[in-house]
Amino acid sequence: MSILAVHDIKKSYGAIQAVGGVSFDVEPGEILGVIGPNGSGKTTLFNSILGQIKPDNGTVEFEGKDISGGSPLELSRLGVGRTFQNLQVFGKLSLRDNLILAAQEHTGTFWRRMFAPPDNGLAERAQEMLDLFRLNHVADLPAGSLSYGQQKLVDIAMAFMPKPRLVLLDEPCAGVNPSLVDGLRELLVELNKKQGGSFVVIEHNMDFIMKLCHRVVCMVEGKVLAVGKPEEIQGNRAVLEAYLGN
Amino acid sequence: MKTTKLLSTQHMVFLGLAMTAMCFAPMFLKTYGLYLLSLWLVYVIAAMGLNLTVGYAGLKSLCHAGFMGVGAYTVAIMMKAGISFWIASPVAIVICFVLGLAIGFPALRVQLHYLGFATLGFNLLLVLFFRNEEWLTGGTFGIQNIKRPDFFGMTLESNTSFYFLVLAVTIVFGVLLALLLRSPWGRAFAALRDNPIRAESTGVNITAYTLMSFAVGAAYAGIAGALFAPLVNFIEPAPFGISNSLLFLMMVVIGGSGRFYGPVLGAAIALLLPEYLRFLKDWYLAVFGFTAVAMMIWLPGGLLSMKEAWQLSQAKRAAKQKQIAEAAAVASGKGAAA
Repeated sequence: MSILAVHDIKKSYGAIQAVGGVSFDVEPGEILGVIGPNGSGKTTLFNSILGQIKPDNGTVEFEGKDISGGSPLELSRLGVGRTFQNLQVFGKLSLRDNLILAAQEHTGTFWRRMFAPPDNGLAERAQEMLDLFRLNHVADLPAGSLSYGQQKLVDIAMAFMPKPRLVLLDEPCAGVNPSLVDGLRELLVELNKKQGGSFVVIEHNMDFIMKLCHRVVCMVEGKVLAVGKPEEIQGNRAVLEAYLGN
Repeated sequence: MKTTKLLSTQHMVFLGLAMTAMCFAPMFLKTYGLYLLSLWLVYVIAAMGLNLTVGYAGLKSLCHAGFMGVGAYTVAIMMKAGISFWIASPVAIVICFVLGLAIGFPALRVQLHYLGFATLGFNLLLVLFFRNEEWLTGGTFGIQNIKRPDFFGMTLESNTSFYFLVLAVTIVFGVLLALLLRSPWGRAFAALRDNPIRAESTGVNITAYTLMSFAVGAAYAGIAGALFAPLVNFIEPAPFGISNSLLFLMMVVIGGSGRFYGPVLGAAIALLLPEYLRFLKDWYLAVFGFTAVAMMIWLPGGLLSMKEAWQLSQAKRAAKQKQIAEAAAVASGKGAAA
């Protein structure tokens, strides 16, 4: 059974069709890339899957359960994590607190958390993520004071903090120093092996996506143009003409 | 939010000194001074609650004086009916908590100044209720001769003994708030304030935390009102109007919104500064107003942000000087080359 099954998602804004009937599956442990030119509907598709916007049509299944129309809160509780295209960290909280916050609501009940210790038993897990993302030296600084690249790493680390079974990463390389992109890719591969979850990655950095992903979906004008292994996509004439060029 | 030690040594020394000063203060104060000190503590409790709603959870609330009025009227009415203060006070807290929950619902749909206006309207409704329901509240004549409570047979009728009751309640509710803010709830409130969209995607239940921030904040106003009624012995609708709700907001903002000691300092300034400016006669309110405006321009983060504001200005100054020095170095390099 696939971990994520997206069937015929459609979303229009007035006369403009942002997503026009997209379907794909994600297998357990798989890293799926989603590529396409700007305006091809990738982020709208992400937001439709994650309940941030309501699609006009289609269904989304997570581990066989229909989660169409589910709120971001419900999806998070089910084990679906996400990162954002634009930075979305809690700037006034320390990096350590950002990490603990990312997982604290997944442990215990609402009322029990009122009387729980400040770290809610997550200090060790936060330290593990700090070590993995090599952010130990800035752990107690306000997240808002970190560099853009560091905040991007914090955003990604937060998505993985509650050990989700599916993570959707929206342009993880955007704004990250090119010299750090390889390190980020290795980190994601390591997380994929260690935690065993599935990832869906939107990215414009082709080198990053082709080396990282097991399969790639290419979208153009709100529709799926091609699906296949990275080498198949790289050699696909339609994809080359519409997006990759020569 | 640090997750290590509860209090630093410096912090404990400061608190110890402050507590000692508060315990010995009645020895050096006359009746009016002691009344002002008790009133300040009552305002501190109310402002602590508002700081949770506004400062920590980032929600606009302009009906805090109304909640305080509910607490005060509940205690006054129940005590007049012969019910003990020790039963009436928890009832006041519960009623305010439930009302806070109710007013939290609009906050789920509207935000920012729209929410401010919704809460303002609620305060207006409460004042109209206090004024018009004469059979219950005494209308504009209010409720008089509200007695101060006994404590295990010991009367708290004197100003000094009642002051110590207010001080004890302030400490208890201060500690409870500190513990709440240190718990995972405190972090969730901060997330709600900083970035609700991201908060929800990490599993923070925005609905529950929004409602709780209003309800707990209102409960603090309720206990403040419960102490206010026996402190002043007489209540009427005026102290629970919109102007006092704005005053509570000012206490939070001037002291330092989202800072634990902000309301303590803010309440002191809002209550005591007008007293010290009375020698200016008719001008004292104008001077008070201008002082508040000046503070908002130069210290928008409140008085407790002074250190950070100073550090930021120093860093900006250093960066500017560095820029000038670099420009001068480039210019002299060009001159030498020419």
